Amino acid sequence: MKKQKITVTTANGRNRRKFLKVGGLALVGSGLLLACDDDEEMMGDDDGGMEGDDGGGDDGVFDLGGGDRGVLNYAYALEQLEAAFYTNVLNGTYWGGAGEMEKKILEDLYNHEVNHREFFKAALNATYSSELVLPANLEFDFSTVDFNDRDSVLGTARLLEDTGVSAYNGAGKIIETGAYLVIAGKIVSVEARHAAAIRSIIGGDMDDFTFFAGDDVVDPATGLDMALDPSAVIGAAGGFFITPFTANELP
Amino acid sequence: MSIIKFLEEFTTDNLMNKASSRRAMFGSLSSLTKKAAVAAVPFGLATMGNKAKAATTSSAYADPTSALQLALLLEYIEKDFYIQALDSGVLSTYPKSEAVYMQISKHETAHVALLQGALGDAAFDAPSIDFTLGGNFDPFAEKSDTDPMIAYGQILALAQAFEDLGVRAYKGQATNVMSDPALLTVALQIHSVEARHASEIRKLRGLDGWITGSERGEGMPFFTQAVYVNEENTTHGGVDVTMLGDDAPFGFESSTQAYDETLTLDDAGEIAALFLS
Repeated sequence: MKKQKITVTTANGRNRRKFLKVGGLALVGSGLLLACDDDEEMMGDDDGGMEGDDGGGDDGVFDLGGGDRGVLNYAYALEQLEAAFYTNVLNGTYWGGAGEMEKKILEDLYNHEVNHREFFKAALNATYSSELVLPANLEFDFSTVDFNDRDSVLGTARLLEDTGVSAYNGAGKIIETGAYLVIAGKIVSVEARHAAAIRSIIGGDMDDFTFFAGDDVVDPATGLDMALDPSAVIGAAGGFFITPFTANELP
Repeated sequence: MSIIKFLEEFTTDNLMNKASSRRAMFGSLSSLTKKAAVAAVPFGLATMGNKAKAATTSSAYADPTSALQLALLLEYIEKDFYIQALDSGVLSTYPKSEAVYMQISKHETAHVALLQGALGDAAFDAPSIDFTLGGNFDPFAEKSDTDPMIAYGQILALAQAFEDLGVRAYKGQATNVMSDPALLTVALQIHSVEARHASEIRKLRGLDGWITGSERGEGMPFFTQAVYVNEENTTHGGVDVTMLGDDAPFGFESSTQAYDETLTLDDAGEIAALFLS
């Protein structure tokens, strides 16, 4: 594996952090990070943290790229987010005191997402020069999550897993190479298994035994899961990303 | 293999006209598949592991119609299974399982309609399906002397097999529909629903929602091992994920759980064919 050349410093601008935090995971708005790229004022002052910026973005902000590379970078960003989330979960007091079954499920999810994250890192670096690969160690803002609170952890896990499913489902059509499509397929079904497992716990609390594949995510008329374009997903999950990136070449 | 050729053998007309022997029904399967199908139904799939490994990838990137026909066959089986399961009364003393089955049944019925629409003239009628595998199982407690607990166990085991099979079968067809972006997206949207189902059914059976190694899981009948063959793979796109680190996320268990595998058209069709009567 090639050595990472890109280094990312902490985004120190309060403005940026505030800007990116808007929206949380609610499925509203249109791509906060995309909007970010359009606003040169916003990014102009504190973009000095990134070297070797050949990723296609403006102002030193990494752009995910398009086609296979774009989807792989996009997946890498989402897996970094999920892995970081579960790392925090396993360090929180809720998990520490959780029942055996919930503890095991969340630990499994941590293991799987860390594995996914490192897979994309390895696959990307094996294929593309380092300046075209999303930096490792993206920074995240989980200030909206209380890792000591069961409902907060499970609710966020549900949103992240459902979002992951809709993201992979929506990204499939962008993938150009069959082998990458197969790999995305290998991962998305595991994300869906995760989503159902978390939803099953929440559904049990609510006495709703259909929640594992509830009508809110699986259209009861068509039996279809969600599929979202990257712009919609990044818009929805953008509140968690501190390290900025753009997705100018993705729909 | 041309799946439509062997599926044609299962249309209602053909069944009525031919009163077809099992041998005749499997006549258009590939020779490899045919041997197994004729010899193995309903049991005796001991050889399936090796055979599935030996099977090569047929029909790569070629044929959206065959892909959809395989999907329709699997969805017919699932739709019929969940309707019969709910009608059987076996689930009536298990309200959680019954609610889960009703939700899944709704989705599988919708999938059948969706695929029939997508296939148009290339669709085929629902085949005649036998969930007893020639009388060896009684998931719907149709015999008076069947222990309801045994039937309940079988009804869960078959659901797990169908859902885990569905996940692998759809995944295996993704490249065959990628020439049509809208179709690919729909296939992916069904694929992840099958995975949600699989996770929940596995949980009802006391298993993890995800597959470790190639384990079919406690209490699963041996013939269902064909659904789990090669699930222990840890190399994806040339990257062996067990080599990416030393701690738990990169151990064999997590590394195999974190990725589901594909099944070819032949392998998935062969398993589905076990349930055609």
